Amino acid sequence: MNTQAIPAALAEIIDDFQALTEPERLQLLLEFSQGLPELPDRLKDHPELLEEVVECQSPLFLTIETEKDDAGAPGAIRIYFKAPPEAPTTRGFAGVLHEGLDGLSAAEILAVPDDMPELLGLTRAITPLRMRGMTAMLGRIKRKVAASIRPEF
Amino acid sequence: MSYPVEQNEKFAEYANPERLVSTEWLAAALESGAVADGNLVVVESDEDVLLYETGHIPGAVKIDWHTDLNDEVTRDYINGEAFAALAASKGISRDTTVVIYGDKSNWWAAYALWVFTLFGHEDVRLLDGGRDKWIAEGHKLTTEVPQPAAGEYPVVERNDAPIRAFKEDVLAHFGKPLIDVRSPEEYTGQRTHMPAYPEEGALRGGHIPTAASIPWARAAAGDGTYRNRGELEALYLGEAGLKEGDDVVAYCRIGERSSHTWFALKYLLGFETVRNYDGSWTEWGNAVRVPIAKGTERGTVPA
Repeated sequence: MNTQAIPAALAEIIDDFQALTEPERLQLLLEFSQGLPELPDRLKDHPELLEEVVECQSPLFLTIETEKDDAGAPGAIRIYFKAPPEAPTTRGFAGVLHEGLDGLSAAEILAVPDDMPELLGLTRAITPLRMRGMTAMLGRIKRKVAASIRPEF
Repeated sequence: MSYPVEQNEKFAEYANPERLVSTEWLAAALESGAVADGNLVVVESDEDVLLYETGHIPGAVKIDWHTDLNDEVTRDYINGEAFAALAASKGISRDTTVVIYGDKSNWWAAYALWVFTLFGHEDVRLLDGGRDKWIAEGHKLTTEVPQPAAGEYPVVERNDAPIRAFKEDVLAHFGKPLIDVRSPEEYTGQRTHMPAYPEEGALRGGHIPTAASIPWARAAAGDGTYRNRGELEALYLGEAGLKEGDDVVAYCRIGERSSHTWFALKYLLGFETVRNYDGSWTEWGNAVRVPIAKGTERGTVPA
């Protein structure tokens, strides 16, 4: 895998996970699930603006928004997630992707390798089945980012 | 030492009332110090591997269906040595009363209970209504993980035959009743996975010929408790057409949802011979040259 393509914030999270034992990694994932920010009110009131990632075992909804820079050109990508508290594993994955990717440029997000979740070292503890939800989440973010930068005709 | 059995009107109608406890019973048992003195071990078993960590019944230990109960390499359950080590590490001895509860109407808890039964653990019970009912009633939760004194658990070889069916057993079972507990869409073959669980696919969709479709959740009431005996009889004797004394096989996709139905048939309705086919649709729907029926009709016994 080309780890060079992993943005700094995400690389740091991966390093944090890698430095831990397996039970500690689960604990860290739990912390990420607790740290996942609430949806802003304007999205809370409009669930139809979020898309469901059906590959996750529990309901997970997400959307992205592109901020404009001072010159009006597309800038940072903002990512928003919604997942219920009774789905801490799903929320934890969302928390990792939020902290690792929120606020980056489209190009930076698109460069993240699709199998990045494998680098967290959770596959054995979480099981491959549960890891697929996270891979699907990343895939959905990348597809939405790619669609957002497609030239409009 | 076995802990006293709960007596109440609903449970008394079941064939084996000693297999269930209510949330009130458990709350009272905790209050009396039953967990603290080691007579009773409460086990949480969830689909979500981190749910226990967000808060659990005080004193409860965690057993994960996948990482603790499944063999890491072979598609099978752990062996007698691994089970003895697991049980002992959770403070469980061979004669301990174990109460299991979990998320999603006890779907994974029933699966863990079924695995305990493969090892012949005598006194293992389900918390009727599971985790959601406990929380809905405002009972206590804690994030404190107990460190139980090690139990003494002998190495007992698994005895699969009475309650577990393999593919060959199912092929030999044709002519006797089968219960398919998956969603109607999986039964008809419209889809090969549960709604929202596309990752566990199969190459063919449909059901095992002659199987009756009774989705597992129909055995549960709105609060996650098992339906009463009369309702369960209407479902399995009425709708599915089971008769007293029938030899029954239940299956789903990987054997978890059908554990919930297995429990209802075996302990609540009292069928002597009920086996859970844990290979289920992920094996049958991928196996070469096994017969499959599609659509809403049960189909006929293959020639």
